[in-house]
Amino acid sequence: MNKRYDAIVIGAGHNGLTNAAYLAKSGLDVLVLEKNSYIGGATVSRELHQDWLYSNCSYVCSLLRPEITRDLELPRHGLQVVPYGGSVSFCSNGDYFGDYPDHERQYREIARHSIRDANAYERYEADVMKQTRLIRPFLLRTPPDPVSLKPRDLKEMKYLMDAFADLGEEGLADTLRFWTMSIADYLNEYFETDVIKAHLAGSGIIGTALGVYSPGTAYVLLHHYMGDVDGTVGAWGFARGGMGAVSDALASSFRSFGGEIRVDSEVEQIIVKGNKAVGVALSSGEEIAANIVVSNLDPKRTFLNIMDEKDLPSDVVSKARNFKIRGSSGKLNIALDGLPTFNGIPKNSPLMQTDMHMLDSLERMERAYDDWKDGAWSADPYVDMLIPSQVDPTMAPPGKHMMTVFVQYAPPQINGRDWTDEDRDAFGKTVIDQIANYSPDFKDLILHCEVRTPREIENEVGLTEGNIFMGELTFDQLLFNRPFPGYAQYRGPISGMYMCSSGTHPGGGVMAAPGANAAREILADLKRPNLVPEAYADD
Amino acid sequence: MTNARYDVVIVGAGHNGLICAAYLAKAGRKVLVLERNEQVGGAAVTHEFSDGFRVSSCAQWLYQFNPNIRAELKLDQYGYELAAENLSTIALSADSNHLTLSSAELNGASVTESDKKAYQLFIKKMLKFSGILAKASERRIPKLLEGDWGDRFALFKLGLDMKLLGKEDMQDLLRIALINIYDVLQENFDNDLLKAALSLDATLGTHMGPRSPNTVFSFLHRRLGEVFGFNGVSVVKGGMSTLSQALANAATANGVEIKTAMPVSRINSTADQVTGVTLANDEVIEASTVVSNADPKTTFKSLLGFPKLETGIIRRVSNIRMQGNVAKLHLALDSLPQFDGLDENQSGQRLIIVSTMDAMERAFNSAKYGEYSPQPVMDISIPTLHDKTLAPEGKHVLSALVQYAPYKLTQDWGSVKENYAQLLVERIGKFAPGIEDQILSRELLTPVDLEREFHLTGGHWHHGEISLDQIMMTRPFPGATQYAMPLTGLYLCGAGAHPGGGVMGLAGKNSAQEILRSNRSKTNLAGKKENVA
Amino acid sequence: MRSHDETMMLQTPFHSRVAKACELNQWDEWKGYTTPAAYTEVEQEYFAVRNSTGVFDLSPMTKYRITGADAELYLNKVMTRDVRKINPDRVGYTIWCNDAGQVMDDGTLFNFGENNYRLCSYTRVMDWLQWSAMGFDVEIIDETADFGALAVQGPTSCAVLKAMGFKGIEKLKPFGMSHFPFEDAEVMISRTGFTGDLGYELWVEPPKAITLWDRLFDAGSNLGIRAIGGNALEMVRIEAGFLQAGVDFVPAEETVRVGRSRSPFELGLGWLVDFDKGVFNGRQALLKEKREGSRYAFVFLDVEGNKPAEHSFILKGNKEIGTVTSAAWCPTAKSNIAFAQIESKYANSGENLTAEIYYQTELKWTRLLAKCRVIDSPVFSSPKRRQTPAPDF
Repeated sequence: MNKRYDAIVIGAGHNGLTNAAYLAKSGLDVLVLEKNSYIGGATVSRELHQDWLYSNCSYVCSLLRPEITRDLELPRHGLQVVPYGGSVSFCSNGDYFGDYPDHERQYREIARHSIRDANAYERYEADVMKQTRLIRPFLLRTPPDPVSLKPRDLKEMKYLMDAFADLGEEGLADTLRFWTMSIADYLNEYFETDVIKAHLAGSGIIGTALGVYSPGTAYVLLHHYMGDVDGTVGAWGFARGGMGAVSDALASSFRSFGGEIRVDSEVEQIIVKGNKAVGVALSSGEEIAANIVVSNLDPKRTFLNIMDEKDLPSDVVSKARNFKIRGSSGKLNIALDGLPTFNGIPKNSPLMQTDMHMLDSLERMERAYDDWKDGAWSADPYVDMLIPSQVDPTMAPPGKHMMTVFVQYAPPQINGRDWTDEDRDAFGKTVIDQIANYSPDFKDLILHCEVRTPREIENEVGLTEGNIFMGELTFDQLLFNRPFPGYAQYRGPISGMYMCSSGTHPGGGVMAAPGANAAREILADLKRPNLVPEAYADD
Repeated sequence: MTNARYDVVIVGAGHNGLICAAYLAKAGRKVLVLERNEQVGGAAVTHEFSDGFRVSSCAQWLYQFNPNIRAELKLDQYGYELAAENLSTIALSADSNHLTLSSAELNGASVTESDKKAYQLFIKKMLKFSGILAKASERRIPKLLEGDWGDRFALFKLGLDMKLLGKEDMQDLLRIALINIYDVLQENFDNDLLKAALSLDATLGTHMGPRSPNTVFSFLHRRLGEVFGFNGVSVVKGGMSTLSQALANAATANGVEIKTAMPVSRINSTADQVTGVTLANDEVIEASTVVSNADPKTTFKSLLGFPKLETGIIRRVSNIRMQGNVAKLHLALDSLPQFDGLDENQSGQRLIIVSTMDAMERAFNSAKYGEYSPQPVMDISIPTLHDKTLAPEGKHVLSALVQYAPYKLTQDWGSVKENYAQLLVERIGKFAPGIEDQILSRELLTPVDLEREFHLTGGHWHHGEISLDQIMMTRPFPGATQYAMPLTGLYLCGAGAHPGGGVMGLAGKNSAQEILRSNRSKTNLAGKKENVA
Repeated sequence: MRSHDETMMLQTPFHSRVAKACELNQWDEWKGYTTPAAYTEVEQEYFAVRNSTGVFDLSPMTKYRITGADAELYLNKVMTRDVRKINPDRVGYTIWCNDAGQVMDDGTLFNFGENNYRLCSYTRVMDWLQWSAMGFDVEIIDETADFGALAVQGPTSCAVLKAMGFKGIEKLKPFGMSHFPFEDAEVMISRTGFTGDLGYELWVEPPKAITLWDRLFDAGSNLGIRAIGGNALEMVRIEAGFLQAGVDFVPAEETVRVGRSRSPFELGLGWLVDFDKGVFNGRQALLKEKREGSRYAFVFLDVEGNKPAEHSFILKGNKEIGTVTSAAWCPTAKSNIAFAQIESKYANSGENLTAEIYYQTELKWTRLLAKCRVIDSPVFSSPKRRQTPAPDF
């Protein structure tokens, strides 16, 4: 007979580990089960080509809550996040637009395209920052249930409403507009230059099955702006050693509290007895008992794969089926023999160390989305690529480089059928050709290339359809609607069962907030003192 | 101050302008309505597009007209008459497996029982949700923070109505209010044609496709008619002009003076308030209250002039999205067109050509890039089946709303108009073989034509996109949401104001109430001012 | 298409001379330009302005040229003051607001006559100017890099310019401007400044900038001329009571937090608001504020002792009623001055308040509760500033 754990967390992704770390810190006996032979889920560094480390899923870091980093002592456990500044878009006419972190340099570069836009950017930045400030305090809070009259929900609802009331009547209206507009319409209110609009619009669609003209994408932009590195809101950084460093540090922190992790242990079933979760059954047949089971799998996998329909209320099953978790992106991870040259900028340009795209206009981006709607990958894909090895010496041998290429759009299925290996290779070739159009020596430098379509991401990492956020960031699936109305407070539909994945509030992006928020609720249910920190003040 | 002969001057005799005028006059105000066209009605008019053939020029169905207005203004006494009502919607299928959608049920050979059941549940639920929207539409939209007690009470009631939906429905409303109709219909139904048919009501007249988030809201907006007692669309006897004329009659009976063919060239203002209008013939009419039934862009940019406005307002007005996507096709027919699988009675219903949601989405794709779609979506009416006065004996009129035909075309509309009209006729011909040979003459009104004929900026018949960022507390723009514009004495009464477009009349009625309310409070303000002085 | 190298830090047209004169090699960044914090010694630079002549390179100031048939009409809508009262060949100090009546920036408006204006400001406002221009026949060009400018300020500044050969410069009235031939080109001289003393600003096209600098310093060699950096300028502007955008107020459209912007009334600039001239941006909101009262008030404070009240809280009794935005010991006036934003009800001349000052000596921090008093006007105002003809020293 196995021992009975206080809690089992299914899935050693960053949220599972965060959740487990807080439970262990509280003194509980916690076991994390991971189906793969390595931990991290989509937050990993993998040596898929000898001497090269690939952050082969998530690749940069900004949203990771600094309160958690500090609270779980992640730096002591090996995490170092090195900020990088800016981004660049290469245009098909050979020009480029460079977005520098230094304000004046950025001004000069925008002014090179349009003096008016350069000035308008200052207003844009202030206006977006207003929305960012509004949302940031909610990241480490549990969403209130708007239909509940419980004191705590009413209190949280009041907190939410007070934050909005602070904006004033017109400010509130502007917020409503921001949340319901397309990123294209929003940018059109500020800018006149195509490439600048296209460049800024990228953050409105990354990881999302929507186009730049789709209402709601202005909010998605916020999701990419609301993080920070060392207090610089909107900044992004490299985790030294790749994104696996985040998981490793979380795991180390968890273990320091006495936690236990078992890899190669796929959970087949959450065992439910008398409407209560009592443990899990592994695919090996082994059963492990626990008082609490926390799922770090996405809502679809949680309720449709590892739970039995008969154990669940019927509304949860239908809600899980209707949960939108759409594959929209793919990924290439490339080992390079040297640093490629990009049209328009010298190799020593600071822009080389930032997010690089190939863009001219919003229309070009939208057409890529049209392809996705038709069940095809785009022949002219949007890419967000980085060469972190310029900054991080651990990623590739000296003089060699590692390139990460996030690609959008890639449909979960090709015209209603599954992806094949041939499709995958053709997709990879499309992306490589796209990059090569802007980098003449790129193809010759490729030593190894891993191509991941939604199929590979789903099969290896367990993200349904390869959706990086474990659920679309549309309003039907945000705040008190995430993952489903009535279940947004991390508690599952049966006693002793919880959810802590990015499919819960506040969503994906290597934030660790869902894991921490779920831990707060679990500890509250166990009548143990809360250990999860509150958000830093910013006023 | 001045010896103005009118308390209120209303610019534009569209249906909302006339309604506003009638309510103001009923309350004892001296009102003058100035209309630039020869006939009243704005976009709710009838015109003769071919010898002996008349058609409702812009709006072709009546489906949202507020019944309280009809009763309060006694429109039935003044000529309001329907030729047909409670028409069903028939979604045409290439294989003649048409679907018939009524407010009670769904019929069609290809429909499963489960879809039929789901349809009834869905329509019922949407009606509940639209009911809440209707309550919010029948008065000014409350300010959320700076509202008066009336606003606070309205907000409280709105909140209460939401709660009264019950937990599950409230959750569902909060979930779907901001998303797209595509996903919601996928959740509920199997039949592709059915989904396409329903998604038409969510996208018609907007710059959105079925997959665009916010289309659930536009669906609920369209369905306000069902709350107001319409079980489907109606046809106005004699075309839309009859309704407008009834409104004009009601207004005149209450003492309103209406002058047609009398274009206003300017709304006059000082730094702090409006003072009246100047006509195209340079005549100046003084009034301390001017109500514009024009769209907000026309009102602020053309009639007031940006130089007279503070820059923040210019920015707000310029950013209103209003680019139309709908063209209007009128066919004069030698005989009744023969739609495959439809009898004469069925041909008189609302016929729609939608194919599938994905096809509609692709049609919308074209519009995004300034192209017209080769696979247009259509909403067809044959009004002569209900009203023989519109055409010579035995002849017929076919009128169709056509989407997506973007206002901003990469080509010049003038140069492609004939090709497009031909494409549309061929499209109809797929369902009504031989129609080409029945055509005596045809007229196509592109969004550019609609802009010119009906003075709708961008050819947008809602006076501004019905999208969540441009409705309720953001319509026409933040800071101007309660009909009173940010210039004392200026009001907006058209579709550009809450609750938006469609021949509904509520913007006109609500704005009149607001004008009457503010006149009352102005007396107080003036009294207070005197004390200070 | 330009390469990325051109996005490097900018240099003013005077840079080669500025760099040579900048013996301390202390630099700041100002709107993307390299600008000296101090050249030789801050105190000496400060006293050059107050005692002889200080020269400050103000080329980085943002400059817009506004022309077109509606230029005057247009500017009258943008600015809170009546622009029509700024005659040709005159310069006006002005502010502009957004619709909420919150100050976006202050600046100087040069009327070249015939609907030809230059707006010179600290912040950039092209976006706002363009939005405001809809419906007007105006053209707005950013001419920041098209003109170099030197502020020549102090009691001997007129004498220096006379020695340079600018005939009749002494007759130029305050806020007047005049054009002089210079090296086959022209230099425009305005009697304006940021120092509260007699002073001029010289505007020249970049190719003539170095010659202008050289001739200026030649002419001033016996009149105590000295280049001054940003640190010295900061001292004189506080002494003379001039506000600085980004320091004493946040430009309205750059604020993120609710309530952080300020109206003209709240900045003591109500005299620049003219309600009689017709429509202008902010009019409705400012009328309302005038009716209902302001939240805050800007005050000059005379602070006891000699410790500058930098970043201090201002207290009334024990209650916190505001904060200091700028503060300095004023070597000429021998007083300790502070600019403060306080609750409007305490902004009465002679009101006694307390400044909570923190200062350190040899790593020892001291908390000082210094008495301070609201005063009506800046502590430095030289009569020479207004004299015409201008004195020689």
